[in-house]
Amino acid sequence: MRIVIAEDLALLREGLIRILRANGFEVVEAVDNGAALIRALTTHRPDVAIVDVRLPPTFTDEGLRSAIEARRQIPGLPIMVLSQYVEQIYARELMSDRAGAVGYLLKDRVTDVGQFIASVRQVASGSTVMDPDVVSALLTHRSADPQLLELSPREHEVLALMAQGRSNAAIAARMFVTEKTVSKHSNSIFTKLGLKPSEDDNRRILAVLAYLQG
Amino acid sequence: MTDSSGTTLPGGSSPSRERSGPGPVARNGPAPRSALGLRMSLLGWSLVLLTGSILGAVLATVWITSMSITALGVGIPLILLTTALVRWFADLHRQWAADRLGVPVPARPYQPTPDAGWLVRLWTILRDPATWRDWIWLVVNSITIWFSSGLSLLFFAFGVLYLTYPLIYQLTPPQVFRTPMGEAFRLHSVAQSFALVPLGPVFLLLWYTTAARLANLNARVIRALLGPTEQARLRARVQQLATSRAETVDTQAGELRRIERDLHDGAQARLVSLGMSLGLAEQLLPKDPQAAQQLLAEARESTSSALTELRDLVRGIHPPVLADRGLEGALKALALVNPIPTTVVTRLPGRLPAPIESAAYFAVAEALSNAIKHAQARQIRITVEFAPHRGGAAGELTMLVSDDGRGGASIDSGTGLRGIQRRLAAFDGTLTVDSPPGGPTEVRMSLPCVS
Repeated sequence: MRIVIAEDLALLREGLIRILRANGFEVVEAVDNGAALIRALTTHRPDVAIVDVRLPPTFTDEGLRSAIEARRQIPGLPIMVLSQYVEQIYARELMSDRAGAVGYLLKDRVTDVGQFIASVRQVASGSTVMDPDVVSALLTHRSADPQLLELSPREHEVLALMAQGRSNAAIAARMFVTEKTVSKHSNSIFTKLGLKPSEDDNRRILAVLAYLQG
Repeated sequence: MTDSSGTTLPGGSSPSRERSGPGPVARNGPAPRSALGLRMSLLGWSLVLLTGSILGAVLATVWITSMSITALGVGIPLILLTTALVRWFADLHRQWAADRLGVPVPARPYQPTPDAGWLVRLWTILRDPATWRDWIWLVVNSITIWFSSGLSLLFFAFGVLYLTYPLIYQLTPPQVFRTPMGEAFRLHSVAQSFALVPLGPVFLLLWYTTAARLANLNARVIRALLGPTEQARLRARVQQLATSRAETVDTQAGELRRIERDLHDGAQARLVSLGMSLGLAEQLLPKDPQAAQQLLAEARESTSSALTELRDLVRGIHPPVLADRGLEGALKALALVNPIPTTVVTRLPGRLPAPIESAAYFAVAEALSNAIKHAQARQIRITVEFAPHRGGAAGELTMLVSDDGRGGASIDSGTGLRGIQRRLAAFDGTLTVDSPPGGPTEVRMSLPCVS
């Protein structure tokens, strides 16, 4: 699997490369600023881009902006964003183009190498992975969206786990129910949120997006 | 809403009004009322002020007399008494002038009287230039008032007099009211007196058009004579700056201590324990790889906790999203994770200076958490607006946090709002709270931006 990395701190960049190579990924290019990131992505068209939010020259959210900009040119490009902190507003922006898989994780999740590699693979395969911090912030946030209020507590739980990028099987294992129950819950979620079956591939992402914007 | 030109002396209202700062519009200017009603009330005021000026002249005389008999001993208590009277009297006029002109009353210009012996107090009063300005005002006012309030009153009186002249002619004894304009013009019959009636509306019109202007003129004279001098203003300003600087330094020092403690007890300690775990794991690796693996897993946990602590610390010093997105983005991010539905409305010209952004962000965040904790609100609204001063990039940033909760919030009731007020004071900013019991609550904050 081919990967482009954007991270300005050399130590972290080397660490990421090492972890990814050790797990059988091919790091085609590692850059350290926003402009170089867009160039690298458009030349290599990797399977997934791993991007730090804060990059030179502005040292603000250059990485995030560049990733969103690159995806405008390469629709459907899976992007995994790493950050020192997670902010819902960024999660929303990343997902709002509805044009591909997104991951948004705290940088220290990388230290759980197994879980991190699994997340990268999930994003590469088109799933959406949200950091548990974002999800738990959402759980405590009393939503004003009437559609979301219709969801039962059980369905809320399923949606939250969906937002963390888990498959139905993983959700079932976590909630101690059968996979069939999970798919029943998720169908009910899609109905309540008014998502049509024709968009089946994207429905998980759209549901999570609705959840994030609630 | 206070109708300041009503029947009571406005200066009699509680001093808290002077401190309340820029509140709702009507508090600053005369309350909205019909044009005629306003003029009638001004007429009443003219009468009150005229009487007052005569009283003032008497007061000035008593005062200066008591000065001259100070040597006899009995003068001292008399001076102290009259001084208190004069200052109270001047305060009433200051308040009236402020209400009329619609500008807040400046602080009392007097130097504080020490709580010491009579002679010391007397000396302080005598040395205070404001004392002598009061005296000058009493004297000058007793003359100028006739050209403002007196004139207005005269216009009105003539208007009514001429309008009703035939009636007066009829009702009064034959020798009175027969020469309305001096000996040269003598009336001989009621019919003749009707010639004067048209003069009534002329005077009344004159009164009507000049009443507000003459009252304003009077207010300006009072303000010019009773307002603080440039020196007094500067002294008050220096005092205010010294206080706010002391508070700022205190707050900053406290903040640094907190950061130091958090780093020392938190992240630093965790890194040490991390190093110890790694050292032990290194040692155990050849003999007991399983125990080493266990230690390594613990070490990883330790880094996670250390990072979480550091993250919280950074957020408390300067939220990253504020650095990334400025005030607008940071407030929107704040509203997103708020348990109570929160709307954010901003009208900002791009990024503001970093210290202003930071102060504004923390002020709004604190007001917001205050509302969440105490108000039991269902809806919160944040409005942040930048109004540039005419010409130049300087301006005023106003922040409004309003909720539909149960109200009853006050600056004195807790540390939250008082804390914001102190933070803002370091920037010459202000905080006012409008929160009647039962709600809604409105916290209004302002920050001047100089660039």
